[in-house]
Parts: sequence; structure tokens; C-alpha cells
Amino acid sequence: MIFLHAVSHAYGATTVLDGVDLSIPRGKLTALVGPNGAGKSTLLSAMARLLKPDTGQVMVGDLDVLSAKPAQLAKKLGVLKQLNQLSARLTVIDLVRFGRFPHCQGRLQAEDHRIVEQAMDYVDLQEFRDRFLDQLSGGQRQRALIAMVLAQDTEYILLDEPLNNLDMRHGVAMMQLLRQAADDLGRTIVVVLHDINFASAWADYLVGMRDGSVVAQGTPEQIVQREPLREIFGLDMQVVDVAGRKIGMYWHPELVGAEELSPVAVYG
Amino acid sequence: MTLTRAPEQAAQPRAGSSFYRWGLLLAVLALGLGAYLSLGVGVVHIPLSAMFSPNEDQWEIISRSRLPRMAAILLAGSSMAVAGLIMQRITQNRFVSPSTSGTTEAAIFGILLATLFVPGASLTTKMMIAIVTSIIGSVIFLQILQQMRHRDPLVVALLGIMYGSVISAITVAVGYRLDLVQLLDIWTTGSFASILSGQYEPLYIVLFALIAGFFFADRFTVVGMGRDVSTSLGVNYTFVLYTGLIVISIMSASVVVVVGAIPFLGLIVPNVVALMMGDHVRRVLPVTAVAGAGFVLICDIIGRWIIAPYEIPVATIAGVVGAGFFVWLIVRHGKGASA
Repeated sequence: MIFLHAVSHAYGATTVLDGVDLSIPRGKLTALVGPNGAGKSTLLSAMARLLKPDTGQVMVGDLDVLSAKPAQLAKKLGVLKQLNQLSARLTVIDLVRFGRFPHCQGRLQAEDHRIVEQAMDYVDLQEFRDRFLDQLSGGQRQRALIAMVLAQDTEYILLDEPLNNLDMRHGVAMMQLLRQAADDLGRTIVVVLHDINFASAWADYLVGMRDGSVVAQGTPEQIVQREPLREIFGLDMQVVDVAGRKIGMYWHPELVGAEELSPVAVYG
Repeated sequence: MTLTRAPEQAAQPRAGSSFYRWGLLLAVLALGLGAYLSLGVGVVHIPLSAMFSPNEDQWEIISRSRLPRMAAILLAGSSMAVAGLIMQRITQNRFVSPSTSGTTEAAIFGILLATLFVPGASLTTKMMIAIVTSIIGSVIFLQILQQMRHRDPLVVALLGIMYGSVISAITVAVGYRLDLVQLLDIWTTGSFASILSGQYEPLYIVLFALIAGFFFADRFTVVGMGRDVSTSLGVNYTFVLYTGLIVISIMSASVVVVVGAIPFLGLIVPNVVALMMGDHVRRVLPVTAVAGAGFVLICDIIGRWIIAPYEIPVATIAGVVGAGFFVWLIVRHGKGASA
């Protein structure tokens, strides 16, 4: 379980996290959703010790993120931000092997190689193992990075917008991969997502943020409803039920079914 | 997770890695042969047949001048190439190198200080002072980088060149006032012509820096993937960054004090190697070292041969080759190749 208590952070005069209290369930796929500037990425960074919040406490399992040894935390929690920007020119297999760094400091043993190969199989990149990252498509590169974090073999995996730059097909494949990692491998996965419907379709637990605060949280059935969505996104949308999943129809005001909305109100 | 690949199979060396080992071995052999041949080149020609049984005069030349010169070439070439490699990785920028971002210039400034304030300073004293100033110079460059919002690699590289020029300008201004400009030439224009036994040995310090560089190789690679990836993998980003800077500064300052600046060496060689082999520092470091030594060896032999019995400094040859290469690198970047 990831536990945050009274986490606040400001960039200069702008408050980006405003006293966030949150518990993220273990072994589940949790999605942080919300409009731009809601503080999702900042919250994820705070969980992953990429950012030291001004105040508050962050616990990952029994480790206090702010005081734990970096090497110890690296065996417990892996994080990926900006999945498409990596200036190092490495082969896929070398990249994935670096996922073992917290465990073996670069000297891989048979066990490390075994885990690396499993991760390679898992993301289905064996045929590209000796390719350089810049010779891959965006989707393959993203999968290679996922393989690295899987090879890190941490209980907690945090991903900032893993669907960025992916087309619909690869987006679905990525969510499927994360779903499996949570179900088959028992990982606790937290992702920042933009699209409420991707979150609704794949996640176990949704955390809706707005203006630096958590404004709604719960299962997709609880969150993907007219009221909570209005609260989170400031957007009125009709919610339909498709094969037991809630889908928010937000793409065009006419889909909303609400009468009085002007575009200004929609995006306000 | 199901296991589809046996660990023995996975641990087996791939065809690629044995190709790499043989390639490296061949390169080392070629370098050895080149180094051996270079012993014969010079004002006094020593035929290859005499190399195994030199007469007394020939042995005097070989032991006093030719062997030290060869050692200096190998040490300077390999360490400056590796310094460039490390710098490019930890700054995540292919266009920087010690000689294009102030490290070398700061070392020369340090030598000037040593000349002014410690008259009659030994080579080792000069070297220590130059190492300190080049560390300071590199740290300031890094601070400037971290303040910058604009992280376009080319802008960063140009900034480095400007920053180096500012340090040079200060050095020259001081040198001009104190009538030391002539003396400064020794360090701004690298040459192996004056390497004699008894006057270059402190250069061996770069061996320690090379070993330190190899020891930290994997951490440099991780840091080259950025602060976030480093943190995720439990690598102390800041510590590795500054360790890298110190290693780079020791290499650059030592070479500058003994040989003088060799422009573009740290830029060309690591880039060519990375183009072929990627950015895995532990794997490319030995190749980069060998290639750097080979590059300097060739530049030096050309310099000794073109206008024999006179010499063109190795810095001039490397500068001509390197400037052309730098332009090519920038044009390639402009065309959208991954940088």
C-alpha cells in the first residue's frame, strides 16, 4: 500500500499539491486522472521520491520514501516518467538489463539474466533484443522501458502517462500489459492517465484530482458517474454502460445530453 | 510469469559479443603495431630492422625520446577520448567535450596561475593546480547548464564553446600583461615534440582516472538516462555526476600540462564509436580508449612526416580533422538524425 499524508507542494507561488491524503491499494492497477495542472504528475513524482514535497509524509509499504536508503527503495519501487525521451543509445536487452542494477550493481548473475529474459518475453520484444532504441517504433520503445521496470522486479511500479504518443491500438496493448502485470505478477501499479475511458476500462481504482487535491476516489463504477466527473474534469458528460463498463461521452457537447452548456462552461 | 528461455541459454555470449571481443583484440594489435612503427619515425630514422638490436646511439634516442613520446601519445589519446565519452554521457549531450566546454581552458588558466604564484613549480605541482581549476571550471559549466531552461544540445554545445573562450580570453589577457603569451602557446597547442623521459611521467596519473572511469562505467550509463531513471534505479545522480566531472578534469588537466590541448579529440572519437556501438559506457570505454590512442598516434605520425624534418603540432592536425567532423556532426543533427 502507498500511503500519503498531508502532502503539499508549491512551485513558487503556485500550489500544485494541497494537503493530499491518499491510500493506494496493494496489488491493484490504480489510475490518477484529472485535467492538466491538477497535480497528477507531481503526486506521482512525490510517491516515487523524484520530488521532495514541501510538507507531508509518503510511505511505500513500510518504507518512508523521504528517509529510506535510495538503493533499498529501488528494490521496492520503480518509476518511469516521460516514456519516450531517452537520449542514451542502448540496445533493448542492455536497457532491460539496467533494470537489474539495484540488485546486482551491473554484474548480472544467472538469476538476473533469467528475470531479464522473462521481462523481455513479457513485453514480447525478443526479436528486437539487439536493436538500438532509436531503431524502434514509439510503441516498442515504450514496451522496452516497461520491460526495464519489470526487470527491476519491484512490488510497486509508477508510470507517468504511459499512453502518451501511442496510437489507439498500442494504447490498448499497453493497458493490457499493465493489467496482466497487476493480475499475474501481483504488482501494485499506479499510472497517470488522461483519458477517463482508458482508466475506466482497465483500472481497479481511480483517483480523481483537481487543483492539487483529490476530489474523488473509488472504483470505476463509483467514479465514472456524472457528478464525480463534473467535479474532476469540470466537464458535463453522459455516462453510458457498455458491457458492464462505464464510458463517459465527452467528445462533443451534443453527446453530453445537457442543454445549457456553452464551450466556455465545458472547459472552464 | 512463465519461463520460456533457460538461464544457461540467456547467459551464453551472443555472436555480437564475440565479434566485439575479436574486434577489440584486432584494434589493440593494430594500435600496438602502429605504436611500434612510430618508434622509427623522426629526425633520425631508425630502420625497423634495427629496432630489436639498436646500437648505442639508436637506443639513446629510443629510450630518451621515442618511447616516452609513444607512451605519452597512448596515454593522452586514450584518456582524452574517454574524458569526452564520460562528459557526453553524464551531460546527455553528444556535442560537448572537455576541449569545447571550458575544462581544458580552465586547466590552462590553472597553469598560468601556477606559473605566476609558484615560480619554479614542478610539473606535478602545476598538474595539481590545473586539476583544481579545471574541476572548478567544469562545475561552473554544469551549474550554467542546470540553470538553463533551453536544453537544445546544440545551444548547450555553443554555450560551452563561448564559456571556454571567455576563460581563454581572461588567460590571454593576464598572460599579455605579464608577457607570458609565448609561454601559453605551449599548452594551448598540444604537441608531443618536447616529450622526453624525465619530463612526462606525471601523465601516468591518467591511468588511475581511466580505471576510475571504468569502475563507474555502468553508473555513467544510468546517469546518461537522466535524473529520474537514475533515482528509480537507486543511483545517486548528483554524486555520479560530480565523480564524472572530477575524472574528466583529472584527465584533461594532466594532458594539458604535459602535452597541451588537443582539440576535438574528445568529441570525434567517442562519437564515432557511439555511432557504431551505442552508449553502453562499460562496453564502449575500452574501444574508445584504443581508438583515441590510435587517432592521436596517426595525427602525430602525419605531423612528423608532412614537413619532415620539421614537425606540425598534433593539435593542428587534430584541429583540421576535428573541425570538419564537428561540422558534419552538426549537419547530421540538423537533418534529424538522433543525437
